[in-house]
Amino acid sequence: MAVLVIADHDGAHLRDTTLKTIAAAQKLSSDIDVLVYGEASAVAAQAAAAEGVRKVLTAESAELKADIAEAISALIVSVAGGYDVVAVPATASGKNFAPRVAAVLDVAIISDVVEVVDASTFVHPIYAGNALETVKTSDAKRVITVRPTAFKAVAASGGSASVEGVAVPAVTLKTRFVSDEKVVSDRPELGSAKVIVSGGRALGSADEFKGVLEPLADKLGAAVGASRAAVDAGYAPNDYQVGQTGKVVAPNLYIAIGISGAIQHLAGMKDSKVIVAINKDPEAPIFQIADYGLVEDYKTAIPALTKALG
Amino acid sequence: MKVLVPVKRVLDYNVKVRVKTDQSGVDLANVKMAMNPFDEIAVEEAVRLKEKGVVTEIVAVSIGVAQCEAILRTALAMGADRGILVQTEDDLEPLAVAKVLKAVAGEETPDVILMGKQAIDGDNNATGQMLSALLDWPQATFASKVEISGGEALVTREVDGGLQTLGVTLPAVITTDLRLNEPRYASLPNIMKAKKKPLDTKALADCGVDTAARLSVVKVTEPPKRSAGIKVASADELVANLKSAGVL
Ligand SMILES: Cc1cc2nc3c(=O)[nH]c(=O)nc-3n(C[C@H](O)[C@H](O)[C@H](O)COP(=O)(O)OP(=O)(O)OC[C@H]3O[C@@H](n4cnc5c(N)ncnc54)[C@H](O)[C@@H]3O)c2cc1C
Ligand SMILES: Cc1cc2nc3c(=O)[nH]c(=O)nc-3n(C[C@H](O)[C@H](O)[C@H](O)COP(=O)(O)OP(=O)(O)OC[C@H]3O[C@@H](n4cnc5c(N)ncnc54)[C@H](O)[C@@H]3O)c2cc1C
Repeated sequence: MAVLVIADHDGAHLRDTTLKTIAAAQKLSSDIDVLVYGEASAVAAQAAAAEGVRKVLTAESAELKADIAEAISALIVSVAGGYDVVAVPATASGKNFAPRVAAVLDVAIISDVVEVVDASTFVHPIYAGNALETVKTSDAKRVITVRPTAFKAVAASGGSASVEGVAVPAVTLKTRFVSDEKVVSDRPELGSAKVIVSGGRALGSADEFKGVLEPLADKLGAAVGASRAAVDAGYAPNDYQVGQTGKVVAPNLYIAIGISGAIQHLAGMKDSKVIVAINKDPEAPIFQIADYGLVEDYKTAIPALTKALG
Repeated sequence: MKVLVPVKRVLDYNVKVRVKTDQSGVDLANVKMAMNPFDEIAVEEAVRLKEKGVVTEIVAVSIGVAQCEAILRTALAMGADRGILVQTEDDLEPLAVAKVLKAVAGEETPDVILMGKQAIDGDNNATGQMLSALLDWPQATFASKVEISGGEALVTREVDGGLQTLGVTLPAVITTDLRLNEPRYASLPNIMKAKKKPLDTKALADCGVDTAARLSVVKVTEPPKRSAGIKVASADELVANLKSAGVL
């Protein structure tokens, strides 16, 4: 049995979501190839060095670089013949193309896999993580997206896989790339940060969100997250959203500030190792899952916390 | 221009989910059901496009049990013109839903299919992408802004790291993200009017597509519970605790 892992990367760095997806693939087989699409050259070498990789496939084109789902799925389908399982990190990008691959191959998609039981049986969360469903597929080929936070990354070095280019299939695209508006930040990415400082509706404005949370995040070397309410209100950019319909994170330390703890938010952070809640309402549901709760106005609590960290 | 909006009947998002003790699934007996929130956003967007004069007809379609009619009536009360219920007792997987929707699209020939990015029960985030692939129409998922002109939809998408804007040639499949709009509440007069709007029901078998399940459910269990920890009295006490827990 062979598994094809689709690499998640930014053109320069292989993200650890890829290393975690390789870890999930190792539960299925030791024949694991990694496909790097887009701007592949720098990243291919990193993928080849990852533990347990047999071969790295690379494919480059302008459409692949722009992350156009139609181009990526056509590429994956063109090489899928040699594999029993296609495993994709469950990022916004992965979720954009993986279901297409499954549809073209006429197989089920198994989304957000958190546990591999056997070659055809997988566990994944449903209902905002309030239930875990174990499903067994009857399809010969399997397409899965892997929730990276559920797996421990394989080592980034030590491997010595071969790298080979694959032909990019010709597709007539009816999609045109117009523009990208990426948030540039020196902070760690939410998905891989060890510490996350997350703010809610309580912060009240974009200036307050920045002014209060950033000094604390700087002290902790933390990524910044937000509730949906904070993003909807424009206090934070969309890709900060943690939750059922945003990012799923599991850092060592998650500090929720002025967040009530709606189930949709908890779905994205309840697997964090240690959860801290700072909220002025002692009845806020977030306290029911927090390891440490501080009932206080954030306006006094956060400056005090930033100071106490030295 | 015609828009097809698939709407799914799901557990209301405020309802607390209970896993059945026999591990066969989630307890849906006597719980409040509602339209999937992302589908409300899709209906709202279609209605706004109609109000702007871009769209002339909105057809809502739901696949599921007879009670899906109530969800379709909600869509009609929000401003959809017509409803189609593809009736079945089976819980269809995203691939099967996509195949049924492809058959409906074949009959209705819409210019745009506007649908939710994700249903809040299955959480698959898959049906729109599958439908796009099966129809060989372009896709623009996770939309936070949609503008249609000259046979093209310009769609701003919520992606990892920020936003991306794509132009997709119509016909196309567009899936909605949370920030596309805030759905309206249907007014009482519109709810009354919706009762008279046309709603066709057809049997799943008449769609002529293979909807056989590919997955079998082995079991549904509750995730490990987290319990409440301790309350601390001050920021200093918090830092001391985090240090001894080894996370600082
Ligand atoms: C389909 C759907 C999907 C969703 N997806 C997500 C998702 O992915 N992520 C997500 O987060 N939400 C999501 N939501 C929204 C979710 O239901 C909640 O509305 C949201 O999480 C609330 O955000 P909040 O906790 O910041 O705001 P609120 O619930 O308003 O809570 C604010 C909290 O701040 C506290 N507070 C106020 N002032 C202060 C102060 N001065 N100091 C300290 N504390 C203070 C209050 O006591 C309160 O507990 C979704 C909802 C739906 C319907
Ligand atoms: C009562 C019940 C019990 C279920 N039990 C199981 C189970 O035990 N195991 C299992 O695998 N599945 C089960 N399902 C099915 C499962 O929950 C999903 O409905 C199915 O897998 C489709 O995935 P999704 O809704 O998450 O799709 P997504 O891809 O997340 O949906 C995206 C969008 O597709 C459209 N859409 C999806 N479904 C429909 C529909 N029926 N009608 C119209 N538009 C639609 C909507 O626009 C929606 O926003 C059950 C469903 C129900 C209603």
